[in-house]
Amino acid sequence: MENLINIFVKSIFIDNMIFAYFLGMCSYLAVSKTVKTSVGLGIAVIFVLGITVPVDYLINNYLLRKGALSWLGGEFANIDLSFLSFIMFIAVIASMVQLVEMVIEKFSPTLYASLGIFLPLIAVNCAILGGSLFMQERDYESIAEATAFGLGSGIGWFLAIVAIAAIREKIRYSNVPKPLRGLGITFIITGLMGIAFMSFMGIKL
Amino acid sequence: MSTAKTEREPMFSAKIKKLLLGPLNKDNPITVQVLGICSALAVTVKLEPAFVMALSVIAVTAISNLSISLLRNTIPPRIRIIVQLTVIAALVILVDQILKAYVYDVSKQLSVFVGLIITNCIIMGRLEAFAMANKPWPSFVDGVGNGLGYGIILIIVAFFRELLGSGTVWGYHVMPKAFYELGYVNNGLMILPPMALIVVGIIIWVQRAKNPDLQEEN
Repeated sequence: MENLINIFVKSIFIDNMIFAYFLGMCSYLAVSKTVKTSVGLGIAVIFVLGITVPVDYLINNYLLRKGALSWLGGEFANIDLSFLSFIMFIAVIASMVQLVEMVIEKFSPTLYASLGIFLPLIAVNCAILGGSLFMQERDYESIAEATAFGLGSGIGWFLAIVAIAAIREKIRYSNVPKPLRGLGITFIITGLMGIAFMSFMGIKL
Repeated sequence: MSTAKTEREPMFSAKIKKLLLGPLNKDNPITVQVLGICSALAVTVKLEPAFVMALSVIAVTAISNLSISLLRNTIPPRIRIIVQLTVIAALVILVDQILKAYVYDVSKQLSVFVGLIITNCIIMGRLEAFAMANKPWPSFVDGVGNGLGYGIILIIVAFFRELLGSGTVWGYHVMPKAFYELGYVNNGLMILPPMALIVVGIIIWVQRAKNPDLQEEN
């Protein structure tokens, strides 16, 4: 249990998807103009990450990894399908995003309308595929650990996008040098926030 | 690279040249179109991985643009994203295997970011915006151009981060010893991830100061 909390907190603050790995920057920059839409997108990302990482964990451990197919019988024990992981992961992600899209459309049409094109684009949000690939690389021991990692990274991403959206709403009233307006200043603020997040480094629970 | 070919081949019209060179400056995928930032920043601590990454992205954008453009009339619009992703994923698997075979150390350093080329928005963005509506040859050139535009930013960022962060360029020490004796120290902050964002911010600043028509109202 302690281990799970450790992974969870670590993936929110220390290994934050945006500030430590720059994953999901495209939608992070494009949707962060208002707090309201960024909250919606953030929740969708938490949801998708929380589902896809454990599902990809199962696929990786029971289908793709070297020796993963041994449950089929001894003669399959040497098969290593891990080169297929990119295609498998992206297929899981694309179908999950489709599912989330249908759920949101059914239960919250306003949120659906305000997310617009960015909802299907979660499929190509690097944070989602990145979550699955980090899960594969770090070799989590159980599905619970993988889920904690997925949810934690989603929440970290959510915090980051809400924070930058709030700052961007305020910065509209300041006098930023002309060439820096919009994209440039957002990059620099994200960098400064990243430095602030680095103060969490090395924390162990 | 292609300047020598330009005269010989009638295929290189002014339009094609624009497709190739536009992304290097006014139409840059990273600083203007805001595509593909995710991987651009994480691999720029040193020049070598940045260079390998840039080459891989150029290869994937060019070939995927070409193949989707060839297939564009046969892909049903409803499932086009899945088709595109499959083509890209197949190409990225190839690149990944090649990197693992020939430059294993760099491939270890790039870790998950090779796989993340699949979700690199440059590729999807160019497929959607260009290859689905254009003939194979211009699409191929567009892919190469955008890959180059991405690569050039990667290399600029990596150059400054490596030079200021570790005092080296491509692994060779270039900062003179005398500097260190005078009290110069490598800026450890440059190696850390957040500085990549700030360096890109500064590149955007310089670029937009030179091209006022790129500036945003906000």
